[in-house]
Amino acid sequence: MGDEETEWFDEDGNRVDGRKADELRETTMEVGVLDEADGSAMVEIGNTRVIASVFGPQDLHPKHLQESDRAVLKMRYNMAPFSVDDRMSPGPNRRAQEIELVAKKALEPALELEHFPTAGIDISMEVVESDGGTRVTGITAASLALVDAGIPMKGMVSACAAGVVDDTPVLDVNGKEDKEGNADIPIATINRTDDDTESTEEDKITLLQMDGDLTTDQVDDCVSLAKEGCIKLYEQQRRTIMQKYNASEGGEQ
Amino acid sequence: MKLNERDIRQKVKEGERHDGRDLEEFRDIEIDAGYINETANGSALVKIGETQVLVGISIDVESPYPDRPESGTIVTNAELAPMADRDYESGPPRGPGVELARVVDRGIRESEAIDLEDLCIEPGEKVYTVFIDVHVLNNGGNLIDAASLAAMAALKDGYLPEYDEEEGVLDRDSKWKDIELSTEPVTATARKINGETVFDTTREEEDAQDARLTVSIDQDGQVVAMQKGETEPYSSDEISQAMEKVREKTEKFRSLIDEAVE
Repeated sequence: MGDEETEWFDEDGNRVDGRKADELRETTMEVGVLDEADGSAMVEIGNTRVIASVFGPQDLHPKHLQESDRAVLKMRYNMAPFSVDDRMSPGPNRRAQEIELVAKKALEPALELEHFPTAGIDISMEVVESDGGTRVTGITAASLALVDAGIPMKGMVSACAAGVVDDTPVLDVNGKEDKEGNADIPIATINRTDDDTESTEEDKITLLQMDGDLTTDQVDDCVSLAKEGCIKLYEQQRRTIMQKYNASEGGEQ
Repeated sequence: MKLNERDIRQKVKEGERHDGRDLEEFRDIEIDAGYINETANGSALVKIGETQVLVGISIDVESPYPDRPESGTIVTNAELAPMADRDYESGPPRGPGVELARVVDRGIRESEAIDLEDLCIEPGEKVYTVFIDVHVLNNGGNLIDAASLAAMAALKDGYLPEYDEEEGVLDRDSKWKDIELSTEPVTATARKINGETVFDTTREEEDAQDARLTVSIDQDGQVVAMQKGETEPYSSDEISQAMEKVREKTEKFRSLIDEAVE
């Protein structure tokens, strides 16, 4: 909790940044933002901005890291020194290492790695500005970069967090709500669109973390809320990819 | 397509480049000052062709060095992010990253663009430290020029936050004043490929280069920093020529920075 009691909602039920409880921050997505990488994307959610890149499938060295029946994912998560108010010293830390691990597990189930035995796929997430939700924004961006790189996937991975402030579940917690609120639950889900039914309903949660102090009912509410957020992000991811690659939507071939 | 070094060298000899530019012609330069919305105390994204370099300024308050109690500090650091180049790897900066940071730093430091005593809050006790963090996002060649340009634009965009002496804390959200720049050093790198002078090289052209000479020039036309790189020697005549050519090239940089900030 902060020094003074924060008014988490105004009389109209709006949050500190003017959003409704179930509203995402303004979100911008762009694919193909880098030229050297095989795939890349930038996702900006409010003031959180992450660039993701993919190299591969490519030769993986040293050889003992190779798997004979599938490609191996390597993940990097890094915060630029100027991405936080108090400058972050460059270099790896335990938090980044953990995020690399859970982000890898969040993406892996969606990838058809069996097509590329012995190869390596390098994913990199650079946080250039942070205001809460950098790991989920990174996963959402990485998923777009994987599509941009042409890696075959079973579905798109979309990620966002829900939390609780003032006993109310809120979607996409910003930096202040994350630091001073009761809880933060980042989740990632795999989503796909069935061409026949146009249904996007899947129930595959590939990332779940939680810190806070909640009842089990509140956790359930947060997970449902975050899942809805993931669906909204998925729809935007899909539009972004379509605009770039689908000629009928006016994109590049 | 990986271009053949020999083809590049041969073409340069005939005054041609694979992308159709003249030997001394720069690619399009874009400066997006204030790229970072909130967390940095100044920032700029510079694109030169496919090269993308993001520089963020962070301000901190620290104790001064005992031998310079009235001087603040400048720290320049460069990260060649693995996403920028297939050949970059994670880990602490090595040779090329360290050289990049030091060359960018030297242009700013030696021109005395930032008066270090201007960063003093309380002599012997508290001074501002200006961190200049260079983040290379895409290596399309000519990183030194792009990073130096981004650093200058970020500093010009930058500010010193208010320091609350009673509480002993930096109020990051309130601006005290702009970072005062007494001069604006600008930096360009002349390359030597097969005996010809080439500017603004691509990544492939850099594999084919014999030598490079980076020159930083301040507002009064004084040369404030230089760095020779790669293996081939320079003659003293070639050095004079390179300085003159850099002087011509950098005029444009100054107007680009002015347009981008304010």
